[in-house]
Amino acid sequence: MYRWLLCFRYLKTRYIALASIISVTLGVATLIVVNSVMSGFSTEMHERLHGLASDVMIECHATGGMPDPDAHLREIERICGPALVGSSVSVSVPAMLGIDFRGQQIGRHVNLIGLDPVTYDSVSDFGKYLLHPENQKSASFKLRDSGYAPDRKELAAAGWSHRRDRVSEERRIEKMVAQERQMMAELHRKANGQSEPSEQDEAAANAAKGPSFGPSFSQALMPGSDGQLKPSVDPMEDQFSGIILGISTCSVRHRDDDGQVQDHYYAQPGDDVRMMFPNAASETKVINQKFTVVDLYESGMSEYDSTFAFVRLDELQEARGMIDPETGVRSVTTIQLKLAEGTDLNAIRDALRDRFPPELYAYNIQTWRDLQGPLLSAVRLETTILNILLFLIIAVAGFGILATFFMIVVEKTRDIGTLKALGASGRGVSSIFMTYGLLLGFVGSGAGLIGGLVFVHYINDIAELLEMFTGQEVFDPTVYYFTEIPTIVHPFTLVWVMCGAVAIAVLASVLPAMRAARMHPVQALRFE
Amino acid sequence: MPTPIVLTARGLKKSYHKDRIDVPVLRGVDLDVRQGLVTALVGRSGSGKSTLMHLLATLDRPDEGEVFFRGNRIDNAPRVVRDRYRNHEIGIIFQFYHLLPELSAIENVLAPAMIGQSVWSYFKSRSENRRRAEAMLDRVGLLHRAKHRPCEMSGGEMQRVAIARALMTDPKLLLADEPTGNLDTETGQEILRLLADLKERDNLTILMITHDDEIAGSADVCWRMQDGLIHRESGVEETPAFATHAA
Ligand SMILES: Nc1ncnc2c1ncn2[C@@H]1O[C@H](COP(=O)(O)OP(=O)(O)O)[C@@H](O)[C@H]1O
Ligand SMILES: [Mg+2]
Repeated sequence: MYRWLLCFRYLKTRYIALASIISVTLGVATLIVVNSVMSGFSTEMHERLHGLASDVMIECHATGGMPDPDAHLREIERICGPALVGSSVSVSVPAMLGIDFRGQQIGRHVNLIGLDPVTYDSVSDFGKYLLHPENQKSASFKLRDSGYAPDRKELAAAGWSHRRDRVSEERRIEKMVAQERQMMAELHRKANGQSEPSEQDEAAANAAKGPSFGPSFSQALMPGSDGQLKPSVDPMEDQFSGIILGISTCSVRHRDDDGQVQDHYYAQPGDDVRMMFPNAASETKVINQKFTVVDLYESGMSEYDSTFAFVRLDELQEARGMIDPETGVRSVTTIQLKLAEGTDLNAIRDALRDRFPPELYAYNIQTWRDLQGPLLSAVRLETTILNILLFLIIAVAGFGILATFFMIVVEKTRDIGTLKALGASGRGVSSIFMTYGLLLGFVGSGAGLIGGLVFVHYINDIAELLEMFTGQEVFDPTVYYFTEIPTIVHPFTLVWVMCGAVAIAVLASVLPAMRAARMHPVQALRFE
Repeated sequence: MPTPIVLTARGLKKSYHKDRIDVPVLRGVDLDVRQGLVTALVGRSGSGKSTLMHLLATLDRPDEGEVFFRGNRIDNAPRVVRDRYRNHEIGIIFQFYHLLPELSAIENVLAPAMIGQSVWSYFKSRSENRRRAEAMLDRVGLLHRAKHRPCEMSGGEMQRVAIARALMTDPKLLLADEPTGNLDTETGQEILRLLADLKERDNLTILMITHDDEIAGSADVCWRMQDGLIHRESGVEETPAFATHAA
């Protein structure tokens, strides 16, 4: 009984001890915040990664791809059984994207994917990452009039109106440049009285063109077919084959002077771009084709956004010559599978690998976890290391408690003697300090728990506030995949953090308590 | 007709060791404390009075010799028995009061009850304990200061609270180690009157340690301590006390 009374009195009167558990409080709060943010992060990331990648992916490394995907699918169906709920075939080739931006050639290495929007959406998230609300519902490779990303002012004009504006502008400039050139030439002739322009003059004439707002690509750079669009067709009214670009392949994001995020688009829906990719023939040639950007793809995963470009599957197959001219069977390079929830993906993968052994087939069969393994395990490792570090901090706080408790035991020596003179046992006296440690642990970690939870709850407001005061962006959406800090609080984590902290506080009080119990009553009573 | 003996010490020896030098403090002490009397133990400062009292209260162990409480040997009794003996059978008062500074007067008085009883039985007899503690505070005339902390009280008041605490568990014997040693004469007199009154009205047995001959003179029996030995100076006729028990 007296131990509880004395504990509470010590707790109330000895603020030094409370100071010593502030580190426990902070440690617990930090642990909770870190764990919530990390698990929010990894859950969100899992979801995204899993959404972006299909459950199982079979990639064929041969340039010609795997012939007869239907036969493959039948075989796969046989292996997977009822677990298979969806599949999609696609063609994926490395390609170079060429964007003509104010006369400058911008080249990007991309992964050109030919897909069927409907089946592709059934195995992984695709449509929902497109900018146009209609395309999000059902993706199409036709350029839409307007209404791309209503919340982005840079894309306000995107669509047919942008295309028409651009074409008419190009034509106007073309005309102007042509006129000017003619004028210059005439002037030249008049001044020199020469009929043949010298090399010098030509250079001067070129310089007079000024920065070229090139209406088209330099033809020398690109031999070969120039898209399917016939010269007779008016670009004002018609489009090339549609292409959906990953948003980072054709835009840069940066901050202006006010710290606002700003995007600059090299190409936006309505513009024409050029794709260069190998054909499927055994003697590989580069195909060079023009496409019209019909939408942009923004998944938030920079790795995807900066490398993907999507076109229609049948068009790509045709362009690459992946259709057997005799049988009409089309080849694909990738088969993606969606499996029922809870299926053991690794088992399916291994079964498929057995059926298509790598010695015979140049196939790479992977689950989405295999694909994103390094990233997922990096996050897991980071969480583990942070937990260990923070628990070490709490352990350090434990030594603080130890020191404080030794001081209190010394300070209370006479009282300990008195208690023993009144008949208290060594166990009873030591339990005062153990209980004291327990209570301190509870108070400290309880305060930490509340503080941590409040912090987690208001984490985005706090980040904003910090930004306001320091001018430093705490959570940079240009770096991370999310605009807000995601958090998930696991009750289990809370419990073990609390238990750990309380256990450390109790452990730290064991030694001082033992010392108090062992104290000789007479020496304690005589203690000055 | 001599009253029965409550506490007996036989051949107690105690020496302190420091750096291989032996400091003998008690060199064979025999002592009897009789029921219902005030027994005084006088001696110069440093003569070993407190050491003897600690042995009698089982706060320390003698090098040699025995201590009997109502005929039972207690100096080598198990820890639990000794804890219970200190808690229940005797009350101790110190020169420096030794109140617990975090507790109020009434809580200090309640402390022995809290220590002696489990949480459960303490809660069961909570009101009873409280009534007894209030009665004890009233007995020493400090009921109106029940809520006060030791630091808010004078020396004499603290000593009276200490007396009330010692009486809480209704002990048979009160061991008082220079209870007036830290007080002025007047306040000391008050404390002594209180102790005498307790002896008269409640028939309490008191062993009072003092260095003051005058105080010792007013006791029923007086023992003097010198050079680690003890002898009776006054009161109670010669009886082989050992015979009354051991036989
Ligand atoms: N822990 C100790 N170590 C060494 N000597 C001690 C110790 N405690 C007491 N003494 C010595 O024992 C003697 C008796 O002390 P004490 O019993 O307190 O005397 P009194 O109470 O009669 O004044 C003193 O000389 C003191 O110095
Ligand atoms: Mg003394």
